[in-house]
Amino acid sequence: MTSKSTSPRRRQQPPIALVILAVAGIAVFIVPLIGLLARTPWRDLPALLTSDVVVDALRISFIASIGATAISAVLGVPLAWLLARVEFPGRSIVRGLVVLPLVLPPVVGGAALLFALGRRGIIGGPLHQMTGLVLPFSIWGVVIAATFVAMPFLVITVEGALRNLDPRFEGAAATLGAGRWTVLRRVTLPMIGPSLAAGLALAWARALGEFGATITFAGNLQGRTQTLPLAVFVALETDRGAAVALSLIMVVISLTVLIVLRERWWRPL
Amino acid sequence: MKRIRGLTVTLVAASLAAAACASPGAHGEVLVSTASSLADAFEALEVAFEAADPEVNVVLNLDGSSALREQILAGAPVDVFASADPANMDAIVAAGDTDGEALVFAGNRLEIAVPAGNPAAVAGLEEFARADLLIGLCAVGVPCGDYGRQALEKAGVVPSVDTDEPNVRALLTKIEAGELDAGIVYVTDVIALNGRVEGIVIPDEQNVLTEYQIATIADGPNPAGSTAFVNFVLSPEGRSILEEYGFVAP
Amino acid sequence: MNPLAGLDAHLVVSRGDEFTLDIRLRVPRGKTVALLGPNGAGKSTVVAALAGLLPLEQGHIALDGRTLDDPDDGVLVPAEERGVGVVFQDYVLFPHLTVVDNVAFGLRSRNVKRGPSTAEAKRWLERFGIADLAGRKPGDLSGGQAQRVALARALITDPDLLLLDEPLAALDATTRVDLRRTLTDHLAQFSGPRMVITHDPTEAFLLADEIHVIENGAITQVGTPDDIRLRPRTPYIADLAGSNLFIGTAHEGTVTVGDHQISVADRHIDGPVLAAVNPRAIVISLAEPGGSSRNSWNTRVERIEHYGDRVRLQTGAPLPLTAEITPAALDDLRIAEGSPVWVSIKATEISVERD
Repeated sequence: MTSKSTSPRRRQQPPIALVILAVAGIAVFIVPLIGLLARTPWRDLPALLTSDVVVDALRISFIASIGATAISAVLGVPLAWLLARVEFPGRSIVRGLVVLPLVLPPVVGGAALLFALGRRGIIGGPLHQMTGLVLPFSIWGVVIAATFVAMPFLVITVEGALRNLDPRFEGAAATLGAGRWTVLRRVTLPMIGPSLAAGLALAWARALGEFGATITFAGNLQGRTQTLPLAVFVALETDRGAAVALSLIMVVISLTVLIVLRERWWRPL
Repeated sequence: MKRIRGLTVTLVAASLAAAACASPGAHGEVLVSTASSLADAFEALEVAFEAADPEVNVVLNLDGSSALREQILAGAPVDVFASADPANMDAIVAAGDTDGEALVFAGNRLEIAVPAGNPAAVAGLEEFARADLLIGLCAVGVPCGDYGRQALEKAGVVPSVDTDEPNVRALLTKIEAGELDAGIVYVTDVIALNGRVEGIVIPDEQNVLTEYQIATIADGPNPAGSTAFVNFVLSPEGRSILEEYGFVAP
Repeated sequence: MNPLAGLDAHLVVSRGDEFTLDIRLRVPRGKTVALLGPNGAGKSTVVAALAGLLPLEQGHIALDGRTLDDPDDGVLVPAEERGVGVVFQDYVLFPHLTVVDNVAFGLRSRNVKRGPSTAEAKRWLERFGIADLAGRKPGDLSGGQAQRVALARALITDPDLLLLDEPLAALDATTRVDLRRTLTDHLAQFSGPRMVITHDPTEAFLLADEIHVIENGAITQVGTPDDIRLRPRTPYIADLAGSNLFIGTAHEGTVTVGDHQISVADRHIDGPVLAAVNPRAIVISLAEPGGSSRNSWNTRVERIEHYGDRVRLQTGAPLPLTAEITPAALDDLRIAEGSPVWVSIKATEISVERD
């Protein structure tokens, strides 16, 4: 094609090769979903969705994913701020540590948590002796495991946003009489708002889907530590219909939340 | 330890190799879906078999029997299935996925596993009812979970379970780490961990004798190789290796 | 006036290994001082140090007798307690806040309630003639509007010092001309010491009572705009003060400066103007030049200064000018300070813009 033939009309048509690859890309997401829908026992679905296993798993997953997101926000935003704004020795090592849960197999992460925070763990041991608290096999264990895998998403997103934020905005606020806390509350956080929301959404989604670290660290007990993914895994071996129903719930919940978030806050991304 | 034991097994098998004639025509890869509780014994079987039949490469796919069953039912290209219980094998046979009948090749018994030193001083299944102890079982549907529950029922104990683990390895990891006070596993698992967990004997009247079954999968990619491997498992050498790992003759 | 009133600073800050800023500044109340220098001279470091965003290594900053920074005494007042109002380069308005909330920010940060803060911010917007913009976001403002918002935001807190960092740089040429005057008017509303930090000589000449030239971290010349323009001390100042700049009135191709008249090419411009002539465009000769389109007059050479391969001549009444010629041309002319010469400028070499 010569450059002359690129009339405005023609330019609007995307290259065909790109479209084919993009459609193949969509297929990667859609094909498994079709498999799930094809196996869904629609007639039994109402009964399955209201069964004890499903209701319990929903409750645990709700608590754990929201809890993990909240902890990620409370700890992750200051950590992101530190990484973005304060130069300290070993900063690049800390940055590496933060993303480690992204590459580490979650099962390994769960085992590491067990060795650290378990009843016999280096921190969990003294904690157990002093307070009698046992983190594994409790909802706290589920929240901790989910936080471990979810927080990196928040830290990375928020750190990136902070690094892109012109520090002069904070400087300007200071010259106008705003103390550090006011600057953070009225300038920094609002200006990184969209990224913060995106980070929270990603962290929540990761926490909701968390499996490996949870089953390794927190175990699997219906009504106490069994989240939706754990329930799916167990049900796959005993009751495939229930497994499919549970998976369907996860898909519907996550898609709804992510789409709504994207429409509301996530648009600048 | 495992490695050394594997080595002696290899030597024994190699010396037998000339006599136990290598299966003619068998070569290539044989995918063996193996119940987790068989892991160590089948790794030794693999080494011995490959020493006798260098043309064949055995690949073990280790997981809970129920997970393996699902894979096979979904059409995974598996050659051999070694199940830890009849129920999971029955599902495969019923689906017509096996070549003929499944064969019982070994038996196993249950034992209580506790962390080294038995810190909670667990003496028997009765203590599985104590809420103050951290108790783990295999999940329902997993053979070790179903057998464990049978044993508890025989003992008349309603357990206070803290976690339903997806397979026996996961359960043992948590017991070994001391995070669980007790769990029900196979005798062979306690032997394999070699002191890292302690076994508490379950009396015969409460115990369950489990059956391990093996079958070649219909339409598997390597029929010659799978037949050769199953024959080897059932042979006297195969049996002696299994016994070395604590399995009992069927 | 109280000798302590206004800004008194000695700023010493190093940046990396290469660069050290070391300057002294005195800005009395009610005066505008321009800090004029090229990019990289340390101007932004001065802004940061005075505003409290960068601590001094040595020296001191005192404002109306109150020490803001003195490393020797261990005094360092943080930015939010300094009372230094800053109009930043590009204005740095908060993009997530409306115009009125931007202006009210300083009061809100001082714990003034929302109602009174907003009311006061609206009064400032009215004063600057932009009350109708109150509900807009900064992204929807023109450069000139943003500048006024930034100035209102800085002034609402009644600062003890006002810093303007390149106040006109973000504006296009026409807007600059418009805003220069309004900015002068608005600056007059602020009675404290004012500092304009700029790389643009025109900006400095028109806004400042006194100019401090900064080069490579040091002050190289201090003086009134006329001092700097007519008696530059370094090649850089000579260059940037290069344009001969006049304020006059244009009418049908003639600009009247004082009681002298010069012809310009633009016949349409009318009213108050700025006329500029590059020193190299001025022709110096011993005899009266021919041709009628030229502006030419007879005068004397008042000063001759050598800057390497260039020579600057200062000519006298009726229109004092700086002309630049080569040393060879100087030799050919055989002139000295006091020699009579003819000055001529082509009408097309005089740039004229509305003031």
